Amino acid sequence: MSEAGLQAGTLWLREITRFCRQRSRVIGSFLQPLVFWVLLGAGLKASFKPAGMPAGMDYFQYLYPGFIVLVLLFTAIFATISTVEDRREGFLQSVLVAPISRATIVMGQALGGTTLAWVPSCIFLILAPLAGIHLSVGAAIFAALIMLIIAFALTCIGLTIAWKIESTQGFHAIMNLILIPVWLLSGAFWPIDGAPVLLRWTMRLNPLTYGMAALRESLYTGNRGEMGSLPSIALSVAIAIVFAVVTFALAARTARRAAAY
Amino acid sequence: MALTSAVTPGADLSSQARVEEMQATGVTPAVEIAGLSFDYGERRALNGVSFAIARGEIFGLLGPNGGGKTTLFKLISTLVPMQQGDARILGFDLRSDTIALRRRLGVVFQHPSVDGKLTVAENLAHQGRLYGISGSRLRARSTLMLEQLGLSARAGDLVETLSGGLKRRVELAKSLLHEPELLVLDEPSTGLDPTARREFLNYLSDLRDRQGVTIVLTTHHMEEAERCDRIGVLHEGKLVAIAPPADLKARVGGDVVAIYARAPEELREKIATQMRVTAVLVDGILRVERPRGQDFVRDVVDMFGDEIESVTFGKPTLEDVFVHLTGQRFHAGPAEQA
Repeated sequence: MSEAGLQAGTLWLREITRFCRQRSRVIGSFLQPLVFWVLLGAGLKASFKPAGMPAGMDYFQYLYPGFIVLVLLFTAIFATISTVEDRREGFLQSVLVAPISRATIVMGQALGGTTLAWVPSCIFLILAPLAGIHLSVGAAIFAALIMLIIAFALTCIGLTIAWKIESTQGFHAIMNLILIPVWLLSGAFWPIDGAPVLLRWTMRLNPLTYGMAALRESLYTGNRGEMGSLPSIALSVAIAIVFAVVTFALAARTARRAAAY
Repeated sequence: MALTSAVTPGADLSSQARVEEMQATGVTPAVEIAGLSFDYGERRALNGVSFAIARGEIFGLLGPNGGGKTTLFKLISTLVPMQQGDARILGFDLRSDTIALRRRLGVVFQHPSVDGKLTVAENLAHQGRLYGISGSRLRARSTLMLEQLGLSARAGDLVETLSGGLKRRVELAKSLLHEPELLVLDEPSTGLDPTARREFLNYLSDLRDRQGVTIVLTTHHMEEAERCDRIGVLHEGKLVAIAPPADLKARVGGDVVAIYARAPEELREKIATQMRVTAVLVDGILRVERPRGQDFVRDVVDMFGDEIESVTFGKPTLEDVFVHLTGQRFHAGPAEQA
């Protein structure tokens, strides 16, 4: 293995090891969106049908991919908080004086966060039949791959902020201010078609919209006719990948410029 | 104060001569620093510092908090980028060759850098891989470090369950895993009790004696400083002296007498006019440096016994050296008060 691979790998392994030793984090990150989904979906299912939602779909089903992304979002946030803690508690000091580039450090952290976000979301994926979605093995693998890309991008956004900020309180505030709206405006809660014009354009400019669309399409493969006017699957996947690459570059640049203390 | 005037010629012949000899024979010194300055925004932390450290030396950077020693530590350990001046560490330019330097440099931070949620062995394995060490070499190095630092029995324990002294040893094991030529430590005995501190310093001496590792440590702890081959005294960002501890102490004129009085300023004037002796008032305590201090103690108690609360008398310590050099008291840091 190359040296950078070994270095990123050990940072990844450390994130996973730490996570497994703090079991409340595992459970919390997975349970919270599950409870939201069940309560919101079940409550709104009967009385609520947003404009632009494909025919033959209930709201419970519509929300399902949105809440998969929410699992990714929560776990990515939690994973990147550990970066803030590592800086504050001193662990990062010894990484910063090791013969390792900042980009490699960020890659290790991003892969760790991505894994931690992705695994619980895959468990969520197993619950698809509860939403009335019956996945073929191929569709499930495709969905899982798209979730991996989204997880990576969200983790990199978290890392960009984590390398800039010194306290976990500040981190929470900024994450809520940026990531929750990005999630809300990604088509997680309502279809683009039904939204007012201004909101529609905001949603189209939101890179997460395309990751969400790609996931939505992967879950309903075979029923594409029901999807309304989602962007094409090729465009969605392409933009999701570009989004992941750009957010990584952003995180690596922030880390390179961050002062060591 | 300029560096040249601060260094008494011939005062530290052994190490200074070794540095010069190395420069002449082409062996690079461990540390060569010239005109180094560093600012935090408006505040100047280092101001034109120049010195060299020979290979195999144990060198102490002594000074109160805020004196600039931690900034110097951060620069040498490649944690902060260079601003002004020149520095070559193990022959590598601190501006351009940091990655190459880091492979040969071991760093022990004042604040723990171990991961408490990992075991001792996991922390070492992680550190090794960061330095590109894996497989059988990693296992061999880890085992050896655990043995040398008496950690073998605790290898499988989470670091957060260890005592402060053991955690410190894990830090040291971590920093030595990749066999560095130069070990830099920031306040290494912070939080250690006297016994653990002595053991730690013994280990550092051993390391130098057996493996020739150069050791640079920052300290505000006198006992630690006394164990160094040479000391650089930093005060307000400047290097005010650089010499072996014994030579520094020799600069204080004889014994040191400290007089605690109710009205120290009045007493100072009386001592000056009636005894023709200069006493310096430092933080409310009158200090007098005299050869044959016991005679002075007798005389001053005879003459002004009523005005004196207590008198102490002793051979100069490095603390006295610091007062002698700077006219200020050396404020004890939190570790020393504990």
